[in-house]
Amino acid sequence: MENTINLTLKVWRQKNAKAKGQFETYMVNGISTDSSFLEMMDILNEQLLNENKEPVAFDHDCREGICGMCSLYINGRPHGPDDDVTTCQLHMRKFKNGDTITIEPWRSAAFPVLKDLIVDRGAFDKIQAAYGYVTVSTGGVPDANAILIGKEDADEAMDSASCIGCGACVAACKNGSAMLFVSAKVSQFALLPQGRVEGARRAKAMVAKMDELGFGNCTNTGACEVECPKNISISNIARLNREFLAAKLAD
Amino acid sequence: MANIFCSSIGRKLVMSLSGLFLILFLFVHLALNSLLLLDGVFGFETGQMFNAGVHFMGTNPIIKIIEPMLAIGFVIHIIYSLILTFQNMKARGPQAYAGGKKTSGVSFSSLNMLPLGIAVFAFLVVHIANFYMRMKGIIAWEPSEVEFPFFGTMAKGEDAYTLVNETFKIGWVVAIYVVGSLSLGLHLAHGFWSAFQTIGWNNTTWLPRLKVIGIVIAVLMGAGFSAIAVAQYLFF
Repeated sequence: MENTINLTLKVWRQKNAKAKGQFETYMVNGISTDSSFLEMMDILNEQLLNENKEPVAFDHDCREGICGMCSLYINGRPHGPDDDVTTCQLHMRKFKNGDTITIEPWRSAAFPVLKDLIVDRGAFDKIQAAYGYVTVSTGGVPDANAILIGKEDADEAMDSASCIGCGACVAACKNGSAMLFVSAKVSQFALLPQGRVEGARRAKAMVAKMDELGFGNCTNTGACEVECPKNISISNIARLNREFLAAKLAD
Repeated sequence: MANIFCSSIGRKLVMSLSGLFLILFLFVHLALNSLLLLDGVFGFETGQMFNAGVHFMGTNPIIKIIEPMLAIGFVIHIIYSLILTFQNMKARGPQAYAGGKKTSGVSFSSLNMLPLGIAVFAFLVVHIANFYMRMKGIIAWEPSEVEFPFFGTMAKGEDAYTLVNETFKIGWVVAIYVVGSLSLGLHLAHGFWSAFQTIGWNNTTWLPRLKVIGIVIAVLMGAGFSAIAVAQYLFF
């Protein structure tokens, strides 16, 4: 049994980074409630192409919730009304027939809009490039399991590492802060002995880059944690604060 | 180390530490205020305990040292809050979300720390004009001299109790105090645990604990200061 719904879409259209954008209203009919939100966007674009109009530009890639490419601020929430999913895994069954859906890009000074619903999330890449890695000395092959890691630490490191860098935390934050992202990236290494070695340098370099790129100051509202599709905890932010302050005090 | 306050986390550390310092002051203040109501319980004449408390605070050398530190604490907390808020507004960008913000589970306090802080500050101005500036002689105040027990002997001092009691006989003043105290309570409901989060204390175990302690402190301060003013209005 397939249900279909008709929707009114209010979509942010902006020609390029410099242009002034505005909302356009489109109608889409006969959308299957089994389709994903991005499939609905595809149908909209198909419709626009048939009318010789320019399709809506939006980011997407893997469509299975792991690449972090899709974004979209849907009806007042990053990644839409469902919890713990990215936009690509949001299904149209979450909407009712006749609904009006407002679709906007992430809004943050550090994520400028490039076109329509696409923002430049290069700032995250720059933070990663600042020290979001472990320096590996290549040489002899180390013994597997030579360094033992507690189960709890391993689990927490894995949880932190599940951050896909989509930017929903920044989009949800009233301060445009990237602390949840940076803290996840710092935590995934800080919890493991391999990453521990460079912990202090990493925290300092990534926070410095984050500040430089114009992200805001965290005020611990916790909106990021609620909207994170990967359930990254704000306890990571406390860990980042700890790492950073300890590193600064040691200097 | 020297450039720690040029970083976002460093500036937030200033907010956190100054805020916690101010909370310590609130505890002392609430303890002294509670003396306004306790004469009957300990068998003193009305006003004696509070007057003794005021005398102690006015003559104690430690308080003389802490007083300017407290003022600096307030100034730092306020200045940094303005700097951080300005930066945050800039980072957020000018474009508001047309769809609004429908994220659930985000506390009212955490989203309104600046307005709540402004309410507390406005209250503070009234409060300082009402009492502090009078007790320090900046605004004219001619208290009668009263006797009260003080560390085993009897001491003489200004009748601060009557000033407080008369001020709390005015209905609209009490209303301002209740609004100010409740704003303070809401401010602390987020501020307390948030301060520890910034220091880096929190983890999944301590975060809920500190949130509960924060709520307890918030209720204690919000209800405590309000109740004392209202009780003075109604019963004294």
